Amino acid sequence: MIDGFTIVLVAVATLVGLLCVVLGLVGRKPADVTILAVVLVEALVVAQVVIALVAPAVGNQPTGSLGLFWIYLGAAAVIPPAAIIWALADRSRWSTVVLGVGALAIAVMVFRMSEIWNVPLA
Amino acid sequence: MSSRGSSGPGRVLVAVYAVLAIGASGRSVFQIVDRFREAPVAFTLSALAAVIYIVATLALALSMRRNGMNQQSWDRVAWVTIGFELVGVLVVGTLSVVSPGVLGLQSVDPFGRQATVWSLYGAGYLGIPLVLPILGLFWLDRRRRESAA
Repeated sequence: MIDGFTIVLVAVATLVGLLCVVLGLVGRKPADVTILAVVLVEALVVAQVVIALVAPAVGNQPTGSLGLFWIYLGAAAVIPPAAIIWALADRSRWSTVVLGVGALAIAVMVFRMSEIWNVPLA
Repeated sequence: MSSRGSSGPGRVLVAVYAVLAIGASGRSVFQIVDRFREAPVAFTLSALAAVIYIVATLALALSMRRNGMNQQSWDRVAWVTIGFELVGVLVVGTLSVVSPGVLGLQSVDPFGRQATVWSLYGAGYLGIPLVLPILGLFWLDRRRRESAA
C-alpha cells in the first residue's frame, strides 16, 4: 500500500460518509451529489485494487497477511456499488443514510487494511 | 422525523447488518482456513456469529417487505437471531475478558490474530456488535407496538 494514498482514501470515504448520513437524516433523498460522491469512493477503492496488485511486484511487500488483506479489499470493492443499487431502487431519505453507512464502512476497512499490510515486525 | 412508520430507519439497520455480516464472514472464513487449530472454540464461535448475522440480515429485510411472503415468520426469526446476538456478545465478551482460556484464547486483544467478532464486546468492530442487537430489539419492539395499534 502507499501511505499517502491510504490517507486520501480514508479521508474521502469518511467525509463522503458523514455528508451522506447528515443529508439523509435531514431528509434528502439520494441525489447526484450523494451518489457521485460514493462513485468517487468506489473509484478510489478500484485504484487501491490496482495498487495492491502492482505493489508487491515493484518491491512494496506487505509484512502482514496478503490473504486477509484481499478478503477486506474484495468486500470493500462490492460495498459502494451495493449501496448505490440500493439508493437507485429505494429513493427515500434512508437510502442516503445507507450510502453514508457504506462509505464509512470503506473508511474503517481501509484503515484496517493498512494495519494488516503494515504489521510491525518484532 | 418521518411519519411513514418505522420501516425507514429499519432499512438502515439492514444495511449495517449486511456490512457486519460481510465482515464477520470474511474474518471467520480466513481464521478457519488459515489457523483453525490455534483456537478452535473461538473460531467456531466466530463462524456461528457470522451465520447469525447473515440470517438476521435476511430476516430483517424479508420481514419488512410490504405484502411479503411469511412476513410473520421472518419477524420471529429476526427476534430469535438478534436476541441470540445480544446474548452471544455479552457471554463471549465477558468470557474473553474474565477467562480467555475457556475460549482457547491466549490474549484479550480484540485486534489480535485470535480475536473473534464478540471478543471484548465487539471492540474490534467499533463496539457495533454490542450496540446493534440493542437497536435491533428496540426497533422490532417499536414495530410490533405500531402494528398492534
